[in-house]
Amino acid sequence: MLSREEVIHIAQLARLELTPEEIERYREQLSAVLDYFAKLAEVDTTGIPPTASVLPPRSVLRKDEPRPGLPREELLANAADTEDGQFKVPPVLE
Amino acid sequence: MTWTPFASVAETLRALESGAVSSEEVTRAYLERIANLEGRVHAFLSVYPDEALAAARAADARRMAARRHPDETLPPLLGLPIAVKDVLAVRGMTLTCGSRILEGFVPPYTATAVQRLLDAGVIIVGKTNTDEFAMGSSTENSAYGPTHNPWDLSRVPGGSSGGSAAAVAARMVPVALGTDTGGSVRQPASYTGVSGLKPTYGRVSRYGLVAYGSSLDTVGVLAPAVADLVPFFTLMAGHDPRDATSMDLPVPAVDLTDAVEAVQGLRVGLPKEYFLAEGMQPEVVQAVQAAVRHLETLGAQVVEVSLPHTEYALPVYYIIAPSEASANLARYDGIRYGPRVGAARMWDVFYRTRGRLFGPEVKRRIMLGTYALSAGYYDAYYAQAQKVRTLLKRDFERAFEQVDLLAAPVAPSTAFKLGEKTEDPLAMYLEDVFTLPANLAGVPGLAFPVGFDEQGLPIGMQLMGPHFREDLLFRVAHAYQQTTDWHTRVPPVAR
Repeated sequence: MLSREEVIHIAQLARLELTPEEIERYREQLSAVLDYFAKLAEVDTTGIPPTASVLPPRSVLRKDEPRPGLPREELLANAADTEDGQFKVPPVLE
Repeated sequence: MTWTPFASVAETLRALESGAVSSEEVTRAYLERIANLEGRVHAFLSVYPDEALAAARAADARRMAARRHPDETLPPLLGLPIAVKDVLAVRGMTLTCGSRILEGFVPPYTATAVQRLLDAGVIIVGKTNTDEFAMGSSTENSAYGPTHNPWDLSRVPGGSSGGSAAAVAARMVPVALGTDTGGSVRQPASYTGVSGLKPTYGRVSRYGLVAYGSSLDTVGVLAPAVADLVPFFTLMAGHDPRDATSMDLPVPAVDLTDAVEAVQGLRVGLPKEYFLAEGMQPEVVQAVQAAVRHLETLGAQVVEVSLPHTEYALPVYYIIAPSEASANLARYDGIRYGPRVGAARMWDVFYRTRGRLFGPEVKRRIMLGTYALSAGYYDAYYAQAQKVRTLLKRDFERAFEQVDLLAAPVAPSTAFKLGEKTEDPLAMYLEDVFTLPANLAGVPGLAFPVGFDEQGLPIGMQLMGPHFREDLLFRVAHAYQQTTDWHTRVPPVAR
């Protein structure tokens, strides 16, 4: 069973604010799911490579040529706050 | 000729070509159907009636103009209305992914798969409901309310492409696009009695598809009959320089003529693990076995095969997909798009926006993935899951040395009641037990109806084939539908 502190730590890593009720609920639910996952340990994977891609290996390199991107005003149009053609955020440091 | 409302794609296209019906009339008929049923089904997150009718009139004008210039070739799907799952970007139409965190977001570009269909002349009437960020198996995880199964409005349509499946089943559109990361096209197709394709990973560009599990995500399509899916798949498939995982391979034309004869001598494998799962509804097993016997009467050779690592697909998937999601969803921070929950400092903007605007299942998966990738747990979870994934992939490779394709149930049961599994995440995950392996191995899967249970709910079967052999799945499923009529049944609400 995950501890309360572990759930809080995971939520911090993931930048998620949780209410006390959520912390308790996720503690139970995530613990149940992780218990179920424990069955993976019974598979002998000695010498088995991890899957990097399900597709045949191939080169995906292309020439690095400059191309026009999307217009700045279209990309800023969905932001909650902008100023002078840039995304605006609250202070990072005080 | 005349146009029968809600006819197949091929019949509607023929009626449009002959002038028996206009695109405006067809589009209006579907929009009326949407207006009549949407209050009960809730298949859509947005509908664009005025824009759709304007596009339909433009298509009609183009067709009229072409009559005076007989050598002009018209796009193949000109004037045909469709719906698009709301995880695919369409320029100028909201893209919410069923999430509050993207409420009001209007993408400035269009997904490649959708653009190819627009170039072929389709009209997009709206965006369909989905579990938030395609995470779910019932469409109950949509922040905008669940979709209801047209066969029984008290039941789920499956998910995550539940809006697309319900819209097609209720004949609110002739065709809808979906996406399939762990079964999200096939399982709702099965629950709503329609046909649905999950293509090979890398076959259809993911550019403009909002990323969930990037090594698993595929863009698929749903329609009543398998034959309706073919032109959409053929047009969407093929290399796109904007998606590095899209394969640069030719897309062969799919020839459905003589499909019934072509079943003769095909080797169909029944993976025994797909018939033994705990808690399986006996009617599902019986219907799939009957469908396989039907293929046998058409000349297929049916043999039992084994995919021995099937039972591990669920833990493997629910480690890999959330791990990928935890990275992919890091971009939703309230800065560049979507609403922001304000705070005095930037870090608190991140915590609050994400904590309050992501729904419970999305937060659950982000945390699962974050945990599986975190220091001290990486080897036990993520690394082990990727190794077992290799074994799952090898299971399929070995099977396809013995047989041409595999036939199996899509889900252990038919559609369940709304609310039945929302409090138990693991029970919900178990719905995906038969669809996850194809995503983990990257192979194509095609679901279609093969019967109904005692409560009148549809039962689906899936065919799975080797990488890039969608053509084979289409031909065999079409042969089945040429000689049966399950796919022609319409739910009472849409009659």
